[in-house]
Amino acid sequence: MDLKQHYYEDVSLFSSATIVFWFTALALFLALFPLVVKNYYIYLANYIAINIIIVLGLNLLVGFTGQISLGHAGFVAIGAYGTIILMTKVHLPFLPALLAAALIAALFGFLLGLPALRLEGPYLSIATLGFGLTITQIIGRMDLFGGREGLHAPALTIGAWHLDTDVDFYYLLIPLTGLLTLAARNLTRTQVGRAFIAIRDADIAAETMGVNLLYYKTLAFSVSAFYAGIGGGMYAFVLRFVEPEIFTLMMSIMFLAMVVVGGLGSIMGAIAGATLLSWLDLQLRNILDIPYLGDWLTALSQSYFSITGVSNIQFIVFGMIMILIMLFEPLGIYGIWLRTKIYWRTWPF
Amino acid sequence: MSFFAVDSLSIQFGGLKALDAVSFAVDPGDIFALIGPNGAGKTTLFNCIGGIYRPDSGTIRFEGKDLVGRTPDRVARLGVARTFQNIELFHRMNTMENIMIGRHLFMRTGLWHGITMWGPRSFAGREETRHRRRVEALIDFLELQAVRDKIVGGLPYGTQKRIELARALALEPRLLLLDEPCAGMNTEEKQDMIFWIKDIQAELGVTILLIEHDMGMVMDISDRILALNFGQKITEGSPDQIQQHPEVIRAYLGEPCHDTGHQTGISGEAPR
Repeated sequence: MDLKQHYYEDVSLFSSATIVFWFTALALFLALFPLVVKNYYIYLANYIAINIIIVLGLNLLVGFTGQISLGHAGFVAIGAYGTIILMTKVHLPFLPALLAAALIAALFGFLLGLPALRLEGPYLSIATLGFGLTITQIIGRMDLFGGREGLHAPALTIGAWHLDTDVDFYYLLIPLTGLLTLAARNLTRTQVGRAFIAIRDADIAAETMGVNLLYYKTLAFSVSAFYAGIGGGMYAFVLRFVEPEIFTLMMSIMFLAMVVVGGLGSIMGAIAGATLLSWLDLQLRNILDIPYLGDWLTALSQSYFSITGVSNIQFIVFGMIMILIMLFEPLGIYGIWLRTKIYWRTWPF
Repeated sequence: MSFFAVDSLSIQFGGLKALDAVSFAVDPGDIFALIGPNGAGKTTLFNCIGGIYRPDSGTIRFEGKDLVGRTPDRVARLGVARTFQNIELFHRMNTMENIMIGRHLFMRTGLWHGITMWGPRSFAGREETRHRRRVEALIDFLELQAVRDKIVGGLPYGTQKRIELARALALEPRLLLLDEPCAGMNTEEKQDMIFWIKDIQAELGVTILLIEHDMGMVMDISDRILALNFGQKITEGSPDQIQQHPEVIRAYLGEPCHDTGHQTGISGEAPR
């Protein structure tokens, strides 16, 4: 049993040498991963990493601060379009453009955080929902954003490094995801994160203890939108093409599903949820290609539901997963992990 | 000028006058108790002082500054802390983290230093260590060592009350508002709580405003007592004076049964 000897151990990043070992192993694995797998899996890893970034931010807002956002696709869109436009029209290099776009998203986050001071629960959901839909409408109608046709991402270079392939992009994205994960983890174990959790658990008590609700609620929205903006900027280059139809309400709900499935108020949960659902999302899109099962599903769908066949099966599966999680494990994958850990700690008694 | 003074404070919820021109003053270092039947306006008064309600009229002066119109966090900044009647802890945090929120106003970590905390020697790391040491002293003082790292949501009621007191003390207040600190406790826990409250008064020199229904306790530890009923001040005085006061006796025991007795049996506090 490890006994604490210093106050810092209350908040240390890794609570034991075992954990340091596993994280090192994970880092090594991630570094070597592209050398051994097919290109499709690199694309999958990139897709997962971007979703992790966005879901980390959303979890800071929903899981830690207890506010809700059904408009996160709007922030992602701001990040994606902002990065492309700042690169093509303003001719900024990639990294400053990405940062600037994320800051613009954060500014919108701040503005959306202001009504959150007065709105709660369903009312806040509707307000953020409106925001997400508005952004898509604006983008779809302005020539600057390419309207319905969308925009193509420019070639991506950082200094002398030309990121042409998914593998190149992987080596940019994975360290960035690691950094943002660390930042989120650090935030949640220090003053600001504590204030977020305090607002979630008892906002009146938090205010009475000196936590400024105006500042911390808008900060939560800003930080969350910043993460979504970064995620969006990266997303634009994984897809290499953006159009308004990508950033729909369904996208916002999917992020929310990832937060809930992974575990509200947990960094590891955000990663787990984003990984699992992103993977499922891409796998389920190909479900119709599976022999027998795919044919059977198409036939089933065509005879009972729609003539076009199964187009949105991933959302049906997500919905089912969410219902099951809410019923059996409200803390999501993180909760399952906690229970497993506790079970093994006292095993075999 | 007095240390803490409330002057003709009134607040109305719809047709209900929850507080009606209440005035009193508290001397520094005193334990000042507020008593009165349910719905007398005691908690409403606390909520006005703490900035949760905005009174319709009147002033609340603390060390020369008017508290009316300040948000709760700014009242806290002036050195006023409180506990709640129905425990308002951060139920998914552990004891340590809960009390650490009381140190929030003293911390300068913020967003950037927080994100860049890379070890015990970084700005945030040093600050965390420093404040955790302060909190540890409070944990010792209120004998919370056994539950230091436990999530507070599942702890016994009496323990949660103590954690709430510790959290309020972490704010280093000069005025402490205690809303029924002994409610729901057994005799032993009550006795401990009384000792702590006396200690807080004597050792930390904190002025205490106390709401309590246990008359034995109130009479024992209070320096002065204010009796409220239906939002109005009945009387104010030393414990002895209060015990003798006919209005107080009537408010608590009711009137002889030949009267219509409309003053008894009122329940339901004003919405918090």
